[in-house]
Amino acid sequence: MELFPNGILPYAGGGLLIGLAVAVVYLGTAIKLGASTFLESTLTYVPRLAALSRFAKYVDERDWRVAFTLGIVSGALLYALLFQSGPWITDVQWWRLGFGGVLVGVGTRLGQGCTSGHGICGVGSLSGTSIANVATFVLVAIGVAHLVEALGVVS
Amino acid sequence: MAAVVGPQRGRGKLVLIYFGGVVFGFGLALSRMVRPEVVLDFLQWDDLGLLFVMGVGALIAGVAFHLAQRYGRRPAPLTGQRYDLRRKPFDRNVLPGGIVFGIGWGLSGLCPGAAYASLGVGNWPVLIGIAGMFLGALLHGVVRSARPSEPTSPIASESPGR
Repeated sequence: MELFPNGILPYAGGGLLIGLAVAVVYLGTAIKLGASTFLESTLTYVPRLAALSRFAKYVDERDWRVAFTLGIVSGALLYALLFQSGPWITDVQWWRLGFGGVLVGVGTRLGQGCTSGHGICGVGSLSGTSIANVATFVLVAIGVAHLVEALGVVS
Repeated sequence: MAAVVGPQRGRGKLVLIYFGGVVFGFGLALSRMVRPEVVLDFLQWDDLGLLFVMGVGALIAGVAFHLAQRYGRRPAPLTGQRYDLRRKPFDRNVLPGGIVFGIGWGLSGLCPGAAYASLGVGNWPVLIGIAGMFLGALLHGVVRSARPSEPTSPIASESPGR
């Protein structure tokens, strides 16, 4: 079995850029970036939701989280314009994206973070909470992905 | 140097975070994390490259956090916040949250940041996944707001002994 059939350079290079982005934003603002709180904070633009206790605390952060997400989309678009000949489209079935997405939305809010907030920032901070969360979601995801493969669901 | 105050500082913060997002999203596209297939290849042990994305990213972020917390005497220029050693508290929802997220990640190959970036490379079906994420965050927020007796998990300091 080959562990890295595509080499490690694109992965390490991408990780380098992600780490640098987190580092520069932290030095400028003392904010540790995370991508999933955007889901909850953006919902506070709906006034009825902003009044609920779970959402109210994110009102102050919603603007910069929108800026961060727009930046992420722009950066990937820049990459695509430079290195792709056209749009790249996934073959993963819509129902996996949709149901998986709902669980990602619930799970990252319940666990207070995702692959960036816990995986990059929390692990980088040596936070016990984040390391426990990351170990949990990685192990569970490995199990689920193998199960899906064993059931013969091919993307 | 005079401290930047008021709306100007707020604008500087948004601009820096936007460009931080640009580099972050470019990195997600370069590392091919924008493709759910590549994430699923990692989870199915066909290509372990994701370890380097998260490992190198966490290492660089961790060094920056450490240096700023150790030597940064002045508050951050664009927010006035201190570089304090704040970590997320461990509460009883951290592990269940990881389990639910893990099921979703393993089923779809999607996580939030990579899903936003995936839009940028033209992967329009990921909108279904992002809509699902908003729905999940909405359900979670509405249900937990209706149960105010639960701990609301404020960001607090982790006790040093832990």
